Amino acid sequence: MTISREDIEKVAVLARIRLDEEQIPELENDLGNILSLVDQLSAADTDNVEPLAHPLDAVQRLRADEVTETNQREAFQAIAPATEDGLYLVPRVIE
Amino acid sequence: MHNKSVAELSRELESGKISSVELTREFLDRIKAEDRQYNSFITVTEDHAMADAKAADEQRAAGKAGVWTGVPFAHKDIFCTNGVATTAGSKMLANFVPPYDATVTANFRAAGAVCLGKTNMDEFAMGSSNESSFFGPVTNPWGLSNGEKRVPGGSSGGSAAAIAARLVPAATATDTGGSIRQPAALCGITGLKPTYGRVSRYGMIAFASSLDQGGTMARTAEDNALMLNVMAGFDPKDSTSADRAVPDYTATLNEPLKGLRIGLPKEYFSDQLSPTMEQQVRSAVKEYEKLGATVKEVSLPHAKLAIAAYYVIAPAEASANLSRFDGVRYGYRCENPQDLNDLYTRTRAEGFGGEVKRRILVGTYALSAGYFDAYYLKAQKVRRLIQQDFINAFKEVDVLMSPVTPSPAFVQGEKTSDPVTMYLEDVFTIAVNLAGVPAMSVPAGFIDGLPVGLQIIGNYFEEARLLNAAHQFQQVTDWHQKLPQ
Repeated sequence: MTISREDIEKVAVLARIRLDEEQIPELENDLGNILSLVDQLSAADTDNVEPLAHPLDAVQRLRADEVTETNQREAFQAIAPATEDGLYLVPRVIE
Repeated sequence: MHNKSVAELSRELESGKISSVELTREFLDRIKAEDRQYNSFITVTEDHAMADAKAADEQRAAGKAGVWTGVPFAHKDIFCTNGVATTAGSKMLANFVPPYDATVTANFRAAGAVCLGKTNMDEFAMGSSNESSFFGPVTNPWGLSNGEKRVPGGSSGGSAAAIAARLVPAATATDTGGSIRQPAALCGITGLKPTYGRVSRYGMIAFASSLDQGGTMARTAEDNALMLNVMAGFDPKDSTSADRAVPDYTATLNEPLKGLRIGLPKEYFSDQLSPTMEQQVRSAVKEYEKLGATVKEVSLPHAKLAIAAYYVIAPAEASANLSRFDGVRYGYRCENPQDLNDLYTRTRAEGFGGEVKRRILVGTYALSAGYFDAYYLKAQKVRRLIQQDFINAFKEVDVLMSPVTPSPAFVQGEKTSDPVTMYLEDVFTIAVNLAGVPAMSVPAGFIDGLPVGLQIIGNYFEEARLLNAAHQFQQVTDWHQKLPQ
Protein backbone atom coordinates (compact mmCIF):
# COMPACT_ATOMS: atom_id res chain seq x y z
CA MET A 1 0.00 0.00 0.00
CA THR A 2 1.62 3.25 -0.99
CA ILE A 3 0.91 6.70 0.35
CA SER A 4 1.60 9.56 -1.99
CA ARG A 5 3.84 12.50 -1.23
CA GLU A 6 0.77 14.68 -1.72
CA ASP A 7 -1.16 12.78 0.95
CA ILE A 8 1.75 12.98 3.38
CA GLU A 9 2.06 16.73 2.91
CA LYS A 10 -1.71 17.20 3.30
CA VAL A 11 -1.78 15.11 6.47
CA ALA A 12 1.21 16.97 7.91
CA VAL A 13 -0.71 20.22 7.48
CA LEU A 14 -3.76 18.76 9.24
CA ALA A 15 -1.54 17.50 12.07
CA ARG A 16 0.33 20.81 12.26
CA ILE A 17 3.72 19.12 12.06
CA ARG A 18 6.39 20.70 9.88
CA LEU A 19 8.10 18.24 7.56
CA ASP A 20 11.45 18.80 5.89
CA GLU A 21 12.05 17.63 2.33
CA GLU A 22 14.54 14.96 3.37
CA GLN A 23 12.06 13.34 5.77
CA ILE A 24 9.53 12.59 3.02
CA PRO A 25 11.12 9.48 1.37
CA GLU A 26 11.50 7.69 4.70
CA LEU A 27 7.94 8.62 5.65
CA GLU A 28 6.64 7.37 2.29
CA ASN A 29 8.32 4.06 3.07
CA ASP A 30 7.39 3.77 6.78
CA LEU A 31 3.82 4.97 6.42
CA GLY A 32 3.40 2.77 3.36
CA ASN A 33 4.48 -0.27 5.39
CA ILE A 34 2.09 0.61 8.21
CA LEU A 35 -0.80 1.08 5.81
CA SER A 36 -0.01 -2.27 4.17
CA LEU A 37 -0.27 -3.87 7.61
CA VAL A 38 -3.55 -2.10 8.18
CA ASP A 39 -4.94 -3.14 4.79
CA GLN A 40 -5.51 -6.62 6.24
CA LEU A 41 -8.69 -5.15 7.69
CA SER A 42 -10.32 -4.88 4.28
CA ALA A 43 -10.53 -8.69 4.09
CA ALA A 44 -12.69 -8.89 7.20
CA ASP A 45 -16.45 -9.41 6.80
CA THR A 46 -18.01 -6.64 8.86
CA ASP A 47 -21.48 -6.44 7.29
CA ASN A 48 -24.09 -5.72 9.96
CA VAL A 49 -21.43 -5.23 12.65
CA GLU A 50 -21.77 -2.17 14.89
CA PRO A 51 -18.55 -0.23 15.48
CA LEU A 52 -17.16 -0.56 19.02
CA ALA A 53 -15.99 2.77 20.38
CA HIS A 54 -15.73 1.85 24.04
CA PRO A 55 -15.00 -1.59 25.56
CA LEU A 56 -17.74 -1.26 28.15
CA ASP A 57 -20.22 0.42 25.75
CA ALA A 58 -20.41 3.18 28.33
CA VAL A 59 -22.09 6.52 27.80
CA GLN A 60 -21.06 9.92 29.06
CA ARG A 61 -21.99 10.34 32.72
CA LEU A 62 -23.75 13.56 33.61
CA ARG A 63 -23.65 15.55 36.83
CA ALA A 64 -25.68 18.32 38.41
CA ASP A 65 -25.06 21.78 36.96
CA GLU A 66 -23.39 23.11 40.11
CA VAL A 67 -20.07 24.89 40.57
CA THR A 68 -17.63 22.47 42.18
CA GLU A 69 -14.21 23.51 40.87
CA THR A 70 -12.08 26.43 42.06
CA ASN A 71 -10.24 28.92 39.89
CA GLN A 72 -6.60 27.86 39.70
CA ARG A 73 -5.53 29.98 36.75
CA GLU A 74 -2.40 31.29 38.45
CA ALA A 75 -1.11 27.81 39.24
CA PHE A 76 -1.90 26.57 35.74
CA GLN A 77 -0.38 29.58 33.99
CA ALA A 78 2.77 29.53 36.10
CA ILE A 79 4.15 26.83 33.78
CA ALA A 80 3.15 28.51 30.51
CA PRO A 81 5.83 29.76 28.07
CA ALA A 82 4.33 33.27 27.82
CA THR A 83 1.39 34.91 29.54
CA GLU A 84 0.08 38.40 30.23
CA ASP A 85 -2.92 39.54 32.24
CA GLY A 86 -4.19 35.98 32.53
CA LEU A 87 -3.96 35.43 28.78
CA TYR A 88 -1.62 33.11 26.84
CA LEU A 89 0.65 34.95 24.41
CA VAL A 90 1.20 33.69 20.87
CA PRO A 91 2.70 35.33 17.75
CA ARG A 92 0.48 37.99 16.20
CA VAL A 93 -2.29 36.50 14.09
CA ILE A 94 -3.92 39.62 12.61
CA GLU A 95 -1.83 42.49 11.34
CA MET B 1 16.31 -5.37 52.01
CA HIS B 2 16.27 -4.61 48.29
CA ASN B 3 15.47 -8.25 47.50
CA LYS B 4 12.31 -8.17 49.61
CA SER B 5 8.82 -7.82 48.22
CA VAL B 6 6.39 -5.06 49.17
CA ALA B 7 4.58 -7.48 51.47
CA GLU B 8 7.85 -8.42 53.19
CA LEU B 9 9.03 -4.80 53.47
CA SER B 10 5.68 -3.83 54.96
CA ARG B 11 6.15 -6.48 57.66
CA GLU B 12 9.75 -5.34 58.32
CA LEU B 13 8.53 -1.78 58.80
CA GLU B 14 5.69 -2.92 61.01
CA SER B 15 8.04 -4.94 63.23
CA GLY B 16 10.19 -1.89 63.77
CA LYS B 17 13.32 -3.69 62.53
CA ILE B 18 13.90 -0.89 60.05
CA SER B 19 12.53 2.61 59.65
CA SER B 20 11.17 4.01 56.39
CA VAL B 21 13.94 6.61 56.45
CA GLU B 22 16.59 3.84 56.56
CA LEU B 23 14.80 1.76 53.94
CA THR B 24 14.31 4.70 51.60
CA ARG B 25 17.95 5.71 52.01
CA GLU B 26 19.02 2.18 51.09
CA PHE B 27 17.00 2.17 47.87
CA LEU B 28 18.06 5.70 46.91
CA ASP B 29 21.72 4.73 47.38
CA ARG B 30 21.16 1.66 45.22
CA ILE B 31 19.63 3.77 42.46
CA LYS B 32 22.55 6.19 42.62
CA ALA B 33 25.08 3.37 42.44
CA GLU B 34 23.41 1.15 39.85
CA ASP B 35 21.00 3.00 37.60
CA ARG B 36 23.69 4.38 35.29
CA GLN B 37 23.78 0.99 33.57
CA TYR B 38 20.01 0.72 33.13
CA ASN B 39 18.82 4.33 32.81
CA SER B 40 15.50 3.20 34.30
CA PHE B 41 14.78 6.51 36.09
CA ILE B 42 14.18 9.89 34.44
CA THR B 43 13.80 11.74 37.75
CA VAL B 44 14.85 10.61 41.21
CA THR B 45 12.97 12.54 43.88
CA GLU B 46 15.51 12.19 46.68
CA ASP B 47 14.41 15.10 48.90
CA HIS B 48 10.69 14.41 48.54
CA ALA B 49 11.27 10.71 49.23
CA MET B 50 13.25 11.35 52.43
CA ALA B 51 10.59 13.80 53.62
CA ASP B 52 7.81 11.30 52.84
CA ALA B 53 9.77 8.56 54.62
CA LYS B 54 10.12 10.71 57.72
CA ALA B 55 6.40 11.49 57.66
CA ALA B 56 5.67 7.77 57.28
CA ASP B 57 7.78 6.91 60.34
CA GLU B 58 5.86 9.58 62.28
CA GLN B 59 2.54 8.10 61.16
CA ARG B 60 3.72 4.69 62.34
CA ALA B 61 4.80 6.09 65.72
CA ALA B 62 1.32 7.60 66.07
CA GLY B 63 -0.25 4.20 65.43
CA LYS B 64 -1.71 5.27 62.08
CA ALA B 65 0.30 3.09 59.69
CA GLY B 66 -1.31 1.04 56.94
CA VAL B 67 0.20 -1.71 54.76
CA TRP B 68 1.79 0.78 52.33
CA THR B 69 3.01 3.33 54.89
CA GLY B 70 6.68 3.99 54.32
CA VAL B 71 7.11 1.45 51.51
CA PRO B 72 9.25 2.72 48.59
CA PHE B 73 7.99 2.47 44.99
CA ALA B 74 8.15 4.45 41.74
CA HIS B 75 5.73 5.96 39.21
CA LYS B 76 5.99 5.54 35.45
CA ASP B 77 6.68 9.06 34.16
CA ILE B 78 3.20 9.19 32.61
CA PHE B 79 1.39 9.86 35.89
CA CYS B 80 1.21 13.52 36.84
CA THR B 81 2.97 14.23 40.13
CA ASN B 82 2.30 17.65 41.61
CA GLY B 83 5.46 19.77 41.62
CA VAL B 84 7.60 16.98 40.16
CA ALA B 85 8.64 16.78 36.50
CA THR B 86 6.37 14.55 34.40
CA THR B 87 7.80 14.06 30.93
CA ALA B 88 6.07 11.07 29.28
CA GLY B 89 9.57 10.30 27.99
CA SER B 90 9.34 13.24 25.57
CA LYS B 91 11.21 16.44 24.76
CA MET B 92 7.74 17.99 24.42
CA LEU B 93 7.26 17.68 28.19
CA ALA B 94 10.87 17.73 29.37
CA ASN B 95 10.15 20.97 31.24
CA PHE B 96 6.59 20.10 32.33
CA VAL B 97 5.92 20.28 36.08
CA PRO B 98 2.27 19.44 36.68
CA PRO B 99 0.31 21.57 39.14
CA TYR B 100 -1.74 18.58 40.21
CA ASP B 101 -1.59 14.87 41.07
CA ALA B 102 -3.06 12.09 38.98
CA THR B 103 -5.66 10.12 40.92
CA VAL B 104 -3.24 7.16 40.97
CA THR B 105 -0.57 9.47 42.42
CA ALA B 106 -2.97 10.82 45.04
CA ASN B 107 -4.03 7.31 46.02
CA PHE B 108 -0.45 6.18 46.72
CA ARG B 109 0.20 9.40 48.61
CA ALA B 110 -2.85 8.81 50.78
CA ALA B 111 -1.66 5.25 51.42
CA GLY B 112 1.61 6.64 52.80
CA ALA B 113 3.86 5.04 50.20
CA VAL B 114 7.21 6.68 49.42
CA CYS B 115 7.78 7.58 45.76
CA LEU B 116 11.47 7.38 44.83
CA GLY B 117 11.07 8.88 41.36
CA LYS B 118 9.66 8.71 37.83
CA THR B 119 10.60 5.84 35.59
CA ASN B 120 11.70 5.95 31.97
CA MET B 121 9.33 4.97 29.17
CA ASP B 122 8.85 4.98 25.41
CA GLU B 123 7.83 8.46 24.31
CA PHE B 124 4.12 9.05 24.99
CA ALA B 125 3.82 5.31 25.69
CA MET B 126 4.34 4.45 22.02
CA GLY B 127 6.75 1.59 21.79
CA SER B 128 7.70 -1.93 22.81
CA SER B 129 11.38 -1.54 23.62
CA ASN B 130 11.91 1.72 25.56
CA GLU B 131 14.24 2.86 22.75
CA SER B 132 12.21 5.92 21.78
CA SER B 133 12.56 7.88 25.03
CA PHE B 134 13.99 11.40 24.71
CA PHE B 135 15.97 10.52 27.86
CA GLY B 136 17.79 7.60 26.27
CA PRO B 137 17.01 3.90 26.06
CA VAL B 138 16.57 1.66 29.07
CA THR B 139 18.83 -1.41 29.28
CA ASN B 140 17.44 -4.70 30.52
CA PRO B 141 19.34 -6.01 33.60
CA TRP B 142 19.09 -9.47 31.99
CA GLY B 143 21.82 -10.03 29.42
CA LEU B 144 24.17 -7.37 30.82
CA SER B 145 26.44 -9.97 32.36
CA ASN B 146 27.15 -11.25 28.83
CA GLY B 147 27.94 -7.71 27.74
CA GLU B 148 24.67 -7.50 25.78
CA LYS B 149 22.49 -4.43 25.89
CA ARG B 150 19.02 -5.85 25.52
CA VAL B 151 15.72 -4.05 25.61
CA PRO B 152 13.53 -4.26 28.71
CA GLY B 153 10.41 -4.06 26.54
CA GLY B 154 8.07 -1.10 26.44
CA SER B 155 6.54 1.22 26.91
CA SER B 156 6.87 0.63 30.68
CA GLY B 157 10.52 -0.40 30.27
CA GLY B 158 11.85 1.80 33.06
CA SER B 159 9.42 0.43 35.66
CA ALA B 160 10.17 -3.15 34.60
CA ALA B 161 13.95 -2.76 34.57
CA ALA B 162 14.02 -0.92 37.90
CA ILE B 163 12.10 -3.73 39.56
CA ALA B 164 14.20 -6.47 37.92
CA ALA B 165 17.36 -4.67 39.06
CA ARG B 166 15.98 -4.42 42.61
CA LEU B 167 16.14 -0.62 42.56
CA VAL B 168 12.52 -0.47 43.70
CA PRO B 169 10.14 -3.27 44.78
CA ALA B 170 7.13 -2.03 42.78
CA ALA B 171 6.20 0.58 40.19
CA THR B 172 3.11 1.87 38.48
CA ALA B 173 2.84 1.37 34.74
CA THR B 174 0.37 1.65 31.84
CA ASP B 175 -0.74 -0.71 29.09
CA THR B 176 -2.35 0.34 25.82
CA GLY B 177 -1.24 -2.51 23.53
CA GLY B 178 0.86 -4.61 25.89
CA SER B 179 3.04 -2.03 27.63
CA ILE B 180 2.83 -3.66 31.06
CA ARG B 181 2.72 -7.32 30.06
CA GLN B 182 5.47 -7.31 27.45
CA PRO B 183 8.15 -5.55 29.56
CA ALA B 184 7.12 -7.65 32.57
CA ALA B 185 7.77 -10.78 30.49
CA LEU B 186 11.11 -9.56 29.11
CA CYS B 187 12.34 -8.53 32.57
CA GLY B 188 11.12 -11.57 34.48
CA ILE B 189 8.64 -9.74 36.71
CA THR B 190 4.87 -9.86 37.29
CA GLY B 191 2.54 -7.28 35.76
CA LEU B 192 -1.20 -6.75 35.49
CA LYS B 193 -3.31 -4.68 33.09
CA PRO B 194 -6.72 -4.32 34.74
CA THR B 195 -10.09 -4.19 32.97
CA TYR B 196 -10.57 -0.95 31.05
CA GLY B 197 -12.11 1.53 33.48
CA ARG B 198 -10.89 -0.22 36.65
CA VAL B 199 -8.11 2.33 37.32
CA SER B 200 -8.67 6.06 36.88
CA ARG B 201 -7.01 7.76 33.93
CA TYR B 202 -7.27 11.22 35.49
CA GLY B 203 -3.79 12.75 35.35
CA MET B 204 -2.41 9.84 33.30
CA ILE B 205 -1.04 11.43 30.13
CA ALA B 206 -3.28 10.17 27.35
CA PHE B 207 -2.14 8.16 24.34
CA ALA B 208 -5.24 6.26 23.14
CA SER B 209 -8.22 6.97 25.33
CA SER B 210 -10.27 3.83 24.63
CA LEU B 211 -7.26 1.56 25.17
CA ASP B 212 -5.05 3.14 27.88
CA GLN B 213 -5.14 1.55 31.30
CA GLY B 214 -2.99 2.11 34.38
CA GLY B 215 -1.75 -1.02 36.11
CA THR B 216 0.74 -2.71 38.37
CA MET B 217 4.28 -4.10 38.23
CA ALA B 218 6.20 -5.88 40.98
CA ARG B 219 8.00 -9.19 41.40
CA THR B 220 5.10 -11.13 42.89
CA ALA B 221 1.37 -11.54 42.28
CA GLU B 222 0.76 -10.69 45.94
CA ASP B 223 2.51 -7.33 45.49
CA ASN B 224 0.46 -6.65 42.37
CA ALA B 225 -2.68 -7.30 44.47
CA LEU B 226 -1.46 -4.85 47.11
CA MET B 227 -0.88 -2.25 44.39
CA LEU B 228 -4.25 -2.80 42.74
CA ASN B 229 -5.97 -2.27 46.10
CA VAL B 230 -4.53 1.26 46.03
CA MET B 231 -5.05 2.00 42.33
CA ALA B 232 -8.49 0.59 41.55
CA GLY B 233 -11.75 2.40 42.07
CA PHE B 234 -14.40 4.70 40.63
CA ASP B 235 -13.22 8.25 40.00
CA PRO B 236 -15.74 10.96 39.10
CA LYS B 237 -12.90 12.90 37.46
CA ASP B 238 -12.50 10.16 34.81
CA SER B 239 -15.59 9.92 32.66
CA THR B 240 -14.62 6.39 31.57
CA SER B 241 -14.11 5.15 35.11
CA ALA B 242 -16.12 2.05 36.02
CA ASP B 243 -18.54 2.57 38.90
CA ARG B 244 -17.95 -0.77 40.54
CA ALA B 245 -16.90 -1.80 44.03
CA VAL B 246 -13.26 -2.76 44.56
CA PRO B 247 -12.71 -6.09 46.35
CA ASP B 248 -9.67 -6.71 48.55
CA TYR B 249 -7.48 -8.36 45.90
CA THR B 250 -5.30 -9.98 48.58
CA ALA B 251 -8.23 -11.76 50.26
CA THR B 252 -8.66 -14.40 47.56
CA LEU B 253 -5.01 -15.07 46.63
CA ASN B 254 -5.06 -18.44 48.38
CA GLU B 255 -8.27 -19.86 46.95
CA PRO B 256 -7.52 -23.35 45.58
CA LEU B 257 -7.41 -23.59 41.80
CA LYS B 258 -9.14 -26.95 41.56
CA GLY B 259 -11.69 -26.79 38.77
CA LEU B 260 -10.25 -23.69 37.11
CA ARG B 261 -11.06 -24.00 33.40
CA ILE B 262 -8.19 -22.80 31.20
CA GLY B 263 -8.56 -22.13 27.49
CA LEU B 264 -5.60 -22.05 25.09
CA PRO B 265 -6.53 -20.00 22.00
CA LYS B 266 -5.33 -22.02 19.04
CA GLU B 267 -4.49 -18.86 17.09
CA TYR B 268 -1.79 -18.10 19.69
CA PHE B 269 -0.24 -21.56 19.33
CA SER B 270 0.08 -21.63 15.56
CA ASP B 271 3.14 -22.88 13.67
CA GLN B 272 4.41 -19.27 13.76
CA LEU B 273 5.17 -19.75 17.49
CA SER B 274 8.78 -20.78 18.16
CA PRO B 275 9.09 -24.32 19.55
CA THR B 276 11.17 -23.14 22.52
CA MET B 277 8.59 -20.51 23.51
CA GLU B 278 5.77 -23.00 23.06
CA GLN B 279 7.57 -25.48 25.29
CA GLN B 280 8.03 -22.92 28.09
CA VAL B 281 4.39 -21.84 27.96
CA ARG B 282 2.99 -25.39 27.83
CA SER B 283 5.22 -26.38 30.81
CA ALA B 284 3.73 -23.51 32.75
CA VAL B 285 0.22 -24.61 31.82
CA LYS B 286 1.10 -28.14 33.05
CA GLU B 287 1.78 -26.68 36.51
CA TYR B 288 -1.77 -25.39 36.50
CA GLU B 289 -3.06 -28.84 35.62
CA LYS B 290 -1.13 -30.23 38.61
CA LEU B 291 -2.92 -27.65 40.75
CA GLY B 292 -6.26 -29.02 39.58
CA ALA B 293 -7.10 -26.89 36.56
CA THR B 294 -8.49 -28.32 33.32
CA VAL B 295 -7.23 -27.24 29.92
CA LYS B 296 -8.93 -27.14 26.53
CA GLU B 297 -8.35 -25.53 23.18
CA VAL B 298 -10.52 -22.53 22.32
CA SER B 299 -10.58 -20.14 19.40
CA LEU B 300 -10.31 -16.37 18.93
CA PRO B 301 -11.09 -16.38 15.21
CA HIS B 302 -10.39 -12.68 14.63
CA ALA B 303 -7.13 -12.57 16.62
CA LYS B 304 -5.05 -12.18 13.48
CA LEU B 305 -6.78 -8.85 12.71
CA ALA B 306 -5.92 -7.37 16.09
CA ILE B 307 -2.65 -5.70 15.14
CA ALA B 308 -4.17 -4.13 12.04
CA ALA B 309 -7.18 -2.84 13.98
CA TYR B 310 -4.97 -1.49 16.76
CA TYR B 311 -2.62 0.35 14.40
CA VAL B 312 -5.58 2.27 13.06
CA ILE B 313 -7.42 2.94 16.32
CA ALA B 314 -4.46 3.76 18.56
CA PRO B 315 -2.75 6.22 16.19
CA ALA B 316 -6.13 7.82 15.39
CA GLU B 317 -6.85 8.41 19.07
CA ALA B 318 -3.25 9.51 19.63
CA SER B 319 -3.51 12.10 16.87
CA ALA B 320 -6.48 13.60 18.73
CA ASN B 321 -4.90 13.40 22.19
CA LEU B 322 -1.55 14.83 21.14
CA SER B 323 -3.09 17.81 19.37
CA ARG B 324 -3.02 19.61 22.71
CA PHE B 325 0.77 19.94 22.50
CA ASP B 326 1.10 23.24 20.68
CA GLY B 327 3.63 25.33 22.62
CA VAL B 328 0.95 27.62 24.03
CA ARG B 329 -0.02 26.52 27.54
CA TYR B 330 2.78 24.21 28.74
CA GLY B 331 5.71 22.16 27.56
CA TYR B 332 8.14 22.77 24.75
CA ARG B 333 7.92 25.83 22.53
CA CYS B 334 10.10 26.40 19.46
CA GLU B 335 12.37 29.44 19.40
CA ASN B 336 11.38 32.62 17.56
CA PRO B 337 8.08 31.48 16.06
CA GLN B 338 7.38 33.63 13.00
CA ASP B 339 3.62 33.27 13.16
CA LEU B 340 1.00 31.09 14.85
CA ASN B 341 1.27 28.31 12.30
CA ASP B 342 5.04 28.30 12.62
CA LEU B 343 4.63 28.06 16.40
CA TYR B 344 2.46 24.98 16.05
CA THR B 345 4.27 23.20 13.23
CA ARG B 346 7.81 23.75 14.47
CA THR B 347 7.01 23.13 18.15
CA ARG B 348 5.49 19.80 17.19
CA ALA B 349 8.20 18.91 14.65
CA GLU B 350 10.94 19.62 17.19
CA GLY B 351 9.19 18.42 20.34
CA PHE B 352 8.01 15.00 19.14
CA GLY B 353 10.27 12.06 18.27
CA GLY B 354 10.06 9.97 15.10
CA GLU B 355 7.71 7.22 16.25
CA VAL B 356 5.26 9.69 17.76
CA LYS B 357 5.19 11.74 14.55
CA ARG B 358 4.67 8.60 12.45
CA ARG B 359 1.70 7.58 14.56
CA ILE B 360 0.16 11.04 14.55
CA LEU B 361 0.45 11.13 10.75
CA VAL B 362 -1.06 7.63 10.32
CA GLY B 363 -3.83 8.50 12.73
CA THR B 364 -4.61 11.80 11.05
CA TYR B 365 -4.71 10.02 7.69
CA ALA B 366 -7.07 7.33 9.02
CA LEU B 367 -9.47 9.96 10.34
CA SER B 368 -9.34 12.29 7.36
CA ALA B 369 -12.18 12.79 4.92
CA GLY B 370 -12.33 10.02 2.37
CA TYR B 371 -10.48 7.53 4.56
CA PHE B 372 -12.52 7.55 7.79
CA ASP B 373 -14.94 4.80 6.73
CA ALA B 374 -12.32 2.53 5.20
CA TYR B 375 -9.94 2.75 8.13
CA TYR B 376 -11.28 4.00 11.47
CA LEU B 377 -14.87 2.84 11.16
CA LYS B 378 -13.77 -0.50 9.70
CA ALA B 379 -11.30 -0.99 12.56
CA GLN B 380 -14.03 -0.23 15.10
CA LYS B 381 -16.22 -2.93 13.55
CA VAL B 382 -13.36 -5.45 13.63
CA ARG B 383 -12.87 -4.42 17.25
CA ARG B 384 -16.40 -5.54 18.08
CA LEU B 385 -15.72 -8.90 16.39
CA ILE B 386 -12.56 -9.30 18.50
CA GLN B 387 -14.47 -8.42 21.66
CA GLN B 388 -17.15 -10.95 20.77
CA ASP B 389 -14.47 -13.65 20.41
CA PHE B 390 -13.44 -13.10 24.05
CA ILE B 391 -17.04 -13.03 25.27
CA ASN B 392 -17.66 -16.33 23.49
CA ALA B 393 -14.46 -17.94 24.83
CA PHE B 394 -15.37 -16.99 28.40
CA LYS B 395 -18.63 -18.89 28.07
CA GLU B 396 -16.55 -22.08 27.93
CA VAL B 397 -13.56 -21.32 30.18
CA ASP B 398 -12.58 -19.11 33.13
CA VAL B 399 -9.21 -17.83 31.90
CA LEU B 400 -7.16 -17.93 28.70
CA MET B 401 -3.43 -18.59 28.64
CA SER B 402 -0.86 -17.85 25.97
CA PRO B 403 2.68 -16.61 25.40
CA VAL B 404 3.26 -12.92 26.08
CA THR B 405 5.95 -12.31 23.45
CA PRO B 406 7.20 -14.18 20.36
CA SER B 407 10.70 -14.39 21.89
CA PRO B 408 12.72 -13.13 24.88
CA ALA B 409 14.42 -9.74 25.11
CA PHE B 410 16.05 -8.71 21.83
CA VAL B 411 19.19 -6.61 21.49
CA GLN B 412 18.87 -2.81 21.29
CA GLY B 413 18.68 -1.61 17.70
CA GLU B 414 17.54 -4.96 16.33
CA LYS B 415 13.99 -3.91 15.46
CA THR B 416 14.20 -0.16 14.98
CA SER B 417 14.73 0.02 11.23
CA ASP B 418 11.14 -0.89 10.28
CA PRO B 419 8.25 0.23 12.50
CA VAL B 420 6.12 -2.76 11.51
CA THR B 421 8.75 -5.26 12.79
CA MET B 422 8.41 -3.63 16.22
CA TYR B 423 4.60 -3.66 16.01
CA LEU B 424 4.59 -7.46 15.56
CA GLU B 425 6.05 -7.76 19.12
CA ASP B 426 2.51 -7.07 20.33
CA VAL B 427 0.88 -10.01 18.54
CA PHE B 428 -0.21 -11.79 21.75
CA THR B 429 -1.05 -8.80 23.89
CA ILE B 430 -2.94 -6.41 21.67
CA ALA B 431 -6.37 -8.10 21.30
CA VAL B 432 -6.78 -7.83 25.08
CA ASN B 433 -6.68 -4.02 24.92
CA LEU B 434 -9.15 -3.90 22.05
CA ALA B 435 -11.60 -5.99 24.08
CA GLY B 436 -10.83 -4.21 27.36
CA VAL B 437 -10.45 -7.42 29.39
CA PRO B 438 -7.83 -7.78 32.16
CA ALA B 439 -4.58 -9.74 31.67
CA MET B 440 -1.34 -10.52 33.47
CA SER B 441 2.18 -11.59 32.60
CA VAL B 442 3.75 -14.02 35.04
CA PRO B 443 7.40 -15.20 34.91
CA ALA B 444 7.28 -18.72 33.45
CA GLY B 445 10.79 -19.79 32.53
CA PHE B 446 13.90 -18.95 30.58
CA ILE B 447 15.15 -19.26 27.02
CA ASP B 448 18.93 -18.93 26.62
CA GLY B 449 19.14 -17.40 30.09
CA LEU B 450 16.52 -14.71 29.33
CA PRO B 451 13.13 -14.59 31.06
CA VAL B 452 9.84 -15.36 29.32
CA GLY B 453 6.30 -14.81 30.55
CA LEU B 454 2.97 -16.59 30.61
CA GLN B 455 -0.05 -14.45 29.75
CA ILE B 456 -3.22 -15.07 31.75
CA ILE B 457 -6.34 -13.34 30.38
CA GLY B 458 -9.52 -12.96 32.38
CA ASN B 459 -13.11 -11.91 31.89
CA TYR B 460 -14.20 -8.33 32.63
CA PHE B 461 -13.45 -7.27 36.23
CA GLU B 462 -11.99 -10.67 37.19
CA GLU B 463 -8.64 -9.29 38.39
CA ALA B 464 -9.04 -11.21 41.67
CA ARG B 465 -9.22 -14.49 39.78
CA LEU B 466 -6.11 -13.64 37.72
CA LEU B 467 -4.13 -12.65 40.82
CA ASN B 468 -5.24 -15.83 42.59
CA ALA B 469 -4.13 -17.96 39.64
CA ALA B 470 -0.79 -16.16 39.41
CA HIS B 471 -0.18 -16.37 43.17
CA GLN B 472 -0.87 -20.12 43.27
CA PHE B 473 1.54 -20.61 40.34
CA GLN B 474 4.18 -18.66 42.28
CA GLN B 475 3.76 -20.96 45.28
CA VAL B 476 4.90 -23.97 43.19
CA THR B 477 7.45 -22.27 40.89
CA ASP B 478 10.31 -19.88 41.58
CA TRP B 479 10.80 -18.17 38.20
CA HIS B 480 9.70 -14.87 39.74
CA GLN B 481 12.48 -15.04 42.33
CA LYS B 482 15.36 -15.38 39.87
CA LEU B 483 17.86 -12.51 39.90
CA PRO B 484 19.78 -11.15 36.94
CA GLN B 485 23.55 -11.67 37.44
